Amino acid sequence: MTGRIHSFESFGTLDGPGVRFIVFLQGCPLRCCYCHNPDTWDVSGGREYTVSEVMAKIKSCRSYIRSGGVTLSGGEPLLQRDFTLCLLENCRAEGFHTALDTAGSVSLEHSKKVIDTADMLLLDIKSLDDKQCRQITGQGNKNTLATLDYCEEIGKTVWIRHVVVPQLTLDTERLKELSNYLEKYSCIKRVDLLGYHKMGEYKWESLGINNILKDTCEPAKSELEEAQKLFYWSKMR
Amino acid sequence: MEFVKGNWNKEINVRDFIQLNYTPYYGDGAFLAAPTDGTLELWRQLSELMKVERERNGVYDIDEKTISTITSHEPGYIDRELEQIVGLQTDAPLKRAIMPFGGIRLVHTELEAYGRKMDPVVDNIFKYRKTHNDGVFDVYTDEMKMARHAGIMTGLPDAYGRGRIIGDYRRVALYGVDYLIEQKKIAKKNMIIDVMDSNHIRKREEIAEQIKSLSELKEMAAKYGFDISKPAQDVKEAIQWLYFGYLAAVKEQNGAAMSIGRISTFLDIYAEADLKSGKYTEEQIQEFVDHFIMKLRIVRFLRTPAYDELFSGDPTWVTESLGGLSIDGRPMVTKMSYRFLHTLTNLGPAPEPNLTVLWSDKLPENFKKFCAQVSIKTSSIQYENDDLMRVKFGDDYGIACCVSAMRIGKQMQFFGARCNLAKALLYAINGGRDIKCNGEQIGPALPNLAQSEYLNYDEVMRNFDEITTWLSKLYIDTLNIIHYMHDKYCYERIEMALHDEEIHRTMAGGIAGLSVLADSLSAIKYAKVKPVLNEQGIAVDFITEGEFPKYGNDDDRVDQIAVEIVRDFERKLSSHFAYRNSKPTLSILTITSNVMYGKKTASTPDGRKAGEPFAPGANPMHGRDVNGAVASLKSVSKLPYDYAEDGISYTFSIFPDTLGRNDTEKVSNLISLLDGYFVDRGHHLNVNVLDRSTLLDAMEHPEKYPQLTIRVSGYAVNFIKLTREQQLDVISRTFHGKF
Repeated sequence: MTGRIHSFESFGTLDGPGVRFIVFLQGCPLRCCYCHNPDTWDVSGGREYTVSEVMAKIKSCRSYIRSGGVTLSGGEPLLQRDFTLCLLENCRAEGFHTALDTAGSVSLEHSKKVIDTADMLLLDIKSLDDKQCRQITGQGNKNTLATLDYCEEIGKTVWIRHVVVPQLTLDTERLKELSNYLEKYSCIKRVDLLGYHKMGEYKWESLGINNILKDTCEPAKSELEEAQKLFYWSKMR
Repeated sequence: MEFVKGNWNKEINVRDFIQLNYTPYYGDGAFLAAPTDGTLELWRQLSELMKVERERNGVYDIDEKTISTITSHEPGYIDRELEQIVGLQTDAPLKRAIMPFGGIRLVHTELEAYGRKMDPVVDNIFKYRKTHNDGVFDVYTDEMKMARHAGIMTGLPDAYGRGRIIGDYRRVALYGVDYLIEQKKIAKKNMIIDVMDSNHIRKREEIAEQIKSLSELKEMAAKYGFDISKPAQDVKEAIQWLYFGYLAAVKEQNGAAMSIGRISTFLDIYAEADLKSGKYTEEQIQEFVDHFIMKLRIVRFLRTPAYDELFSGDPTWVTESLGGLSIDGRPMVTKMSYRFLHTLTNLGPAPEPNLTVLWSDKLPENFKKFCAQVSIKTSSIQYENDDLMRVKFGDDYGIACCVSAMRIGKQMQFFGARCNLAKALLYAINGGRDIKCNGEQIGPALPNLAQSEYLNYDEVMRNFDEITTWLSKLYIDTLNIIHYMHDKYCYERIEMALHDEEIHRTMAGGIAGLSVLADSLSAIKYAKVKPVLNEQGIAVDFITEGEFPKYGNDDDRVDQIAVEIVRDFERKLSSHFAYRNSKPTLSILTITSNVMYGKKTASTPDGRKAGEPFAPGANPMHGRDVNGAVASLKSVSKLPYDYAEDGISYTFSIFPDTLGRNDTEKVSNLISLLDGYFVDRGHHLNVNVLDRSTLLDAMEHPEKYPQLTIRVSGYAVNFIKLTREQQLDVISRTFHGKF
């Protein structure tokens, strides 16, 4: 089986527990206005790899990822469901811990089996407010929230990520609301707020896409820390 | 003090003493003491002096009248009242001495560079006394001079002290000098001589010189008011005795690298005894250590500005090896290992002494964590693979310079700097002619392959084989001359007095340009490489069409080319007779001279343009490793240590934020990285943890960072020379897993 892959990172330390081998799958249904990897959007981009080619790369890093594992990221890895599933199954057979880094942007019927197979999810919630979610990504949040519900139902470990953008999602009321919503999910073991940053901006320019956040600033470190405090409960888990 | 007795009481055997008496420490750093007021004041005074030193173009003062020997100078102090450990190279801190036995011409250059005049008395002496440098140039062949001039052999220690010899300074503390003299006398008396040939004559003369130097060592210590003829009685004396031994060495020799060995666990035995008996407290012991380390931070040699430029500063490589395991599997980590590392906190970060952790994944977890924390905070530690080296060198080896392992007191090396193998490839293409020397024929005249439209891999390899065969012989012959003359005119009397009489010697060859060479051969093999000729028919540049695999991405197609180059060159070196039956070895190390090697090398088929720097050591070329740090480390760890026993250096740099989201994660991820690399048989890792804000500031204010070199995921770049887009790319790629 083959799939399209944007790139690999052999020393991932920010996407799941420990040192991780990260596979960035090509293609994404979302068009997030703050995306720092718009070059992963196009489903026909990237390069084609077989499962065994990818597995060979992962296996050669075994000594480094003994206490970490493998993260399948993107793009949206659920878009290439069968390929992603096959990679996860192979990783598990090799004894690697697996994480699926997703925005849950595809329907649950489509993704269930993949979620079952991964050891954990890194679930990116763009906005709890369906309208704002559409504004940010071009799509509603129904699938994402259904994914979270399903994880709760089957007891799948979830780490939540949420990007904080000034004048958009960096809003105490919204964040409080999100915190209250998430707190009741016992499957959530951690919440990471990720500060919006402009380091991917040049990619927008080179791809010739209109960047509506051109005049938006990065959040201050203190703002980010204050926001993170609202999710104090996740620290105890 | 009562120590467990053993063979060390019947013969000189420091290892035996250590193994029978040391106490492994499994705890964390909570026991460590903060600096005393005395330490802070002493360090303040010294920092002031070092500030003045920087303002005076890097040289505080020079004593140009006194030829430095073990006993040449009167005692010197920083602040006699405060100093717990005493002894300076000259009569004042930071004042540099002249050491002309390596080469008087170099002393002329050095003095001139700092606006001083050669003392007529000194000058006159060297009308009668020959130096190492004179001897070498009397004997060099024309071919050697040409190859040296062209820079295919470079950095040769033919005008300066070779260094990379580690005296077993612990012997001074454990046995006292009288016993050492006695043993040397017995050894000389008992030498069995079949034929009184030049080897035996030299050896007898060397032992005689060693005995004299030991007497001088006692004399020097006596000037400071210490009688070191008998063994040290407590930890303070042990440090002081040991330091006197080392001080004698750096008063006598301006060696390129003057490592101190593996002393911390040895010293811990005394510290444990004193703690137990209540003689000294932890605060006092840390104070002795802090003061001792201050002394090691101010070891100074008179060198030329060109030398300093080459090595980016004024390095002395006072390398101390910490940790590792003993043969029986116990960690050799002691509280003293922590105390040494703690000086980086008590006194702040510093390049010297060159603290080297001998890593094994079996080291105590607490120690691993402590090292990782200190690395993240100070970027001042390098790591080397104890599991690889213990098999070859036992559990009492130390690191000379950066990566050269040797059994302490039982082994030495003849330092050989390195050959520029990227240049050798250009010789292979251009039929032995060097474009950087106006097309002169430097190597053997071979078919000129640059004439063909596209380079043919097999033809290039055939020529390359001829060039390296020629080069390996010329190189070893040259080193034979250098070390013959160094022994004759600039013998390391005191360092060798602190060795056994029967020692194992290696002839340490080296190569530069490995990644350039591997990528170039990969380009020739997997893409199409078209030479661009000048009017002499020599390739001045190359046009490379198509993609080719690059070293640093865990891609065997090119990584195995690198492996083969290393194996092949080591085999060739080994096939030649080396001076004093030494064993040829190989290092893949450029120190910081990768920039200079680049300057002296024309464009190469990998796309590197004329004059552009090489990657340092065994590093992949800048920006060509695009699959993250682990893939890069994987490529490097494929290089076979068995064929590069003098060490394989890899400089790894990372932004703190890339290591993890919080301090705990950063520490554990760095440990995973080190464990992974060393389990995979990587040899050496230099860890830099650089702050993002520095780089961002450098983007805004490049004038403040003219030389800021960043090494990210294994590649080094002059940051301000990148385009803004590239800068953003570097930061973005390194800060986030996604790109």
